[in-house]
Amino acid sequence: MKPLTVNFRSKAALTLADAQIQQSIEHVYTGFFKGRLTAAGETPDWENLRTKGKAIKDHTIANLDYYLGLLTDNVEKNGGSVFFADDAEEARQHILDLAHKLKIKTVIKSKSMVSEEMGLAEAMTDEGFETVETDLGEYIIQLANETPYHLIAPAVHKSRADVARLLDDDYKDGDRVPDATELTMMAREKLRGVFERADMSVTGVNFAVAESGSIALVTNEGNGRMSTTVPRVHVAVMGMEKIVPSIQDLSTMLRILIRSATGQRISTYVTMVNGKRKPDEEEGPEEFHLVIMNNGRQKLLEDPQLRESLNCIRCGACLNACPVYRKVGGHAYGWVYPGPIGAIVTPVLTGLKDADNLPSASSLCGACHDACPVKINIPRMLLELRYRTAEGSTDKVERTSSAKERGIWKAWRMGMMGRKRFDIGSRIASIALKPLSRNGWLKKAPPPLSGWTSTRDFPVIAASSLKSRLKKRSGDLK
Amino acid sequence: MLENTTVIQRPDRVTLFASCMVDQLAPNVGENTVEVLEYLGVSVDFLNDQTCCGQPAFNSGFRSEAHPVAERFIDLFEKVKGPIVVPSGSCAAMVRNYYGDLFRNDKELAGRAKRVGDRLFELTEFLSHFFGTDAIAGKSDGYATYHKCCHLLREIGVDEQPIEMLVNIEGLEFSPLERADVCCGFGGAFSVKMPDISSAILDEKLDFIEANGSSTVVAADTGCVYQMQGGLRRRGSDVQVVHIAQVLAESIRNRSTSEPKR
Repeated sequence: MKPLTVNFRSKAALTLADAQIQQSIEHVYTGFFKGRLTAAGETPDWENLRTKGKAIKDHTIANLDYYLGLLTDNVEKNGGSVFFADDAEEARQHILDLAHKLKIKTVIKSKSMVSEEMGLAEAMTDEGFETVETDLGEYIIQLANETPYHLIAPAVHKSRADVARLLDDDYKDGDRVPDATELTMMAREKLRGVFERADMSVTGVNFAVAESGSIALVTNEGNGRMSTTVPRVHVAVMGMEKIVPSIQDLSTMLRILIRSATGQRISTYVTMVNGKRKPDEEEGPEEFHLVIMNNGRQKLLEDPQLRESLNCIRCGACLNACPVYRKVGGHAYGWVYPGPIGAIVTPVLTGLKDADNLPSASSLCGACHDACPVKINIPRMLLELRYRTAEGSTDKVERTSSAKERGIWKAWRMGMMGRKRFDIGSRIASIALKPLSRNGWLKKAPPPLSGWTSTRDFPVIAASSLKSRLKKRSGDLK
Repeated sequence: MLENTTVIQRPDRVTLFASCMVDQLAPNVGENTVEVLEYLGVSVDFLNDQTCCGQPAFNSGFRSEAHPVAERFIDLFEKVKGPIVVPSGSCAAMVRNYYGDLFRNDKELAGRAKRVGDRLFELTEFLSHFFGTDAIAGKSDGYATYHKCCHLLREIGVDEQPIEMLVNIEGLEFSPLERADVCCGFGGAFSVKMPDISSAILDEKLDFIEANGSSTVVAADTGCVYQMQGGLRRRGSDVQVVHIAQVLAESIRNRSTSEPKR
């Protein structure tokens, strides 16, 4: 998928002005965010589970080579094939080649953000394969010809009327808006036949278990289970970080993933796949292929300041908690991963130069860090990326800050390096702003404060500093 | 609270770190902080050379500009002994939680920063930790609600304590704010750099404030106070946003003079 991160500000502005999307997106707070809080509150060892989850991911990422090797061995032992793709292009081509070679006609996809990185559905459709998304949200997005809005709820920005228009050609504005069940039935009718004729499935991987060569899929719609049992070929795609050492670790990760994602104690379906059908088994695919993709993740792995972002299990909790995501929406981020975690991985995976607005678009409130099931310190990494774009601090990163910005901070530093200068600077500002103010507030301030006063009044600098007031107040203060 | 106070040695002397914002934009908050501390029998020193902790530049990515300012802060405050109190969770978080990152290539400086950080307390943290949330318990009137500033809540870990302090003020009607723990959209330079996004977040906050109906919103960080007050003024609202130090100091003043001073 081509990154459009450079359009962050304009895309954000469009969403801010869209009352319907603002209303739809509220669900991530009232539904998912509150659901997570309730689920966490009902889990007595919740904080321990988070600590354990973090420890599992830290250990796995620190020993990623070992566990990828173990996973590969065990997938092959189970009769599957493993392909390492260095980038999205290589992964996409491998899957297209496979489909051609196996004379595939219909491909069903279940939800996978990694396949979005590849632009897989579009590429398969272009090459003549009937390719259908089977996750309801993804299906809606495919019909609308859009990209996912959220890690776990791709169509969260759509209203029920939007969905009705997409599913029913006869639906007109003003018609009764079908309820969620009716909409699901409409989609189900359309999808049932596709499931029956599909000869290949492409699924994501929530976790790959190294010790057993299994993959785990978490879904609420059963499409994942259909996809892994009905078609004769199953292709699973994963980012190389989506791995846990053991089945026991998987149980910990599932507990925190699902609670953090939807607030459920467990999803309707948790599907474990050990590769292709065995001789004594009645169902399952004839072939199983696992595609493990790098696509820039190696850069995160080699970067001690950003490596922790590979601990992400894509639950979406940081999006739901984020006041910025809830206003600017998922599409503003311009690539596959939106929200706080997207503001870290997207710039690294697609290039920091065009994506420097992403780490800047944060109030650093820390709600993401609080919400993360594996305690990823997202604000710390946002600050790290701001540092790199502001000053071009490592040899790989180009500085994107403007000369004006650098000048402002240089002047700021000079003002802060001595109390006299600090006082004089404030006095000058106070005197300069006073004529523009009324009752101690400014309606319109000159740059760089004009951004503030575009929407808020700004307080004038006090006529005397605390230092001088404390002096007046009591002589014994040093 | 009592079991706490019996084992904790209460400091009788502290150094005030005003923060650059309080020093220049809201000196009254600094004076009120001194008033509250002195009421509790704590004498307050003020270092005249203080300016800023370096957070604004650090948060904007300009670490080479933040570094000397932060180092200057350490130089200054390591010379004084005892607790340092700052009426800002954000500045406290910078010193305690982010100096390690800023000084990561200078172990010696990072160590000095840690030792200063270990003595630095945010005001409400200091009050509730050493004196309990019922120590002020002055008098006031009117209706108030409380916004939980992000850095105080999540970086410093002060959650309900300021609310307890407000509830303990006689005559003040407290009503909890819906989504009190959601950001007001301030975020320092973010509020100027991306004003449209910052204000959209603020608008949600202000809707909840207006729905709450209280005439006063209390918060514990000056930046957030001005973000919310600036937005409310632009809306034409009469709701006042004040720093908690102001409310506590006022409640002390309103307290009947006949009562013995603690």
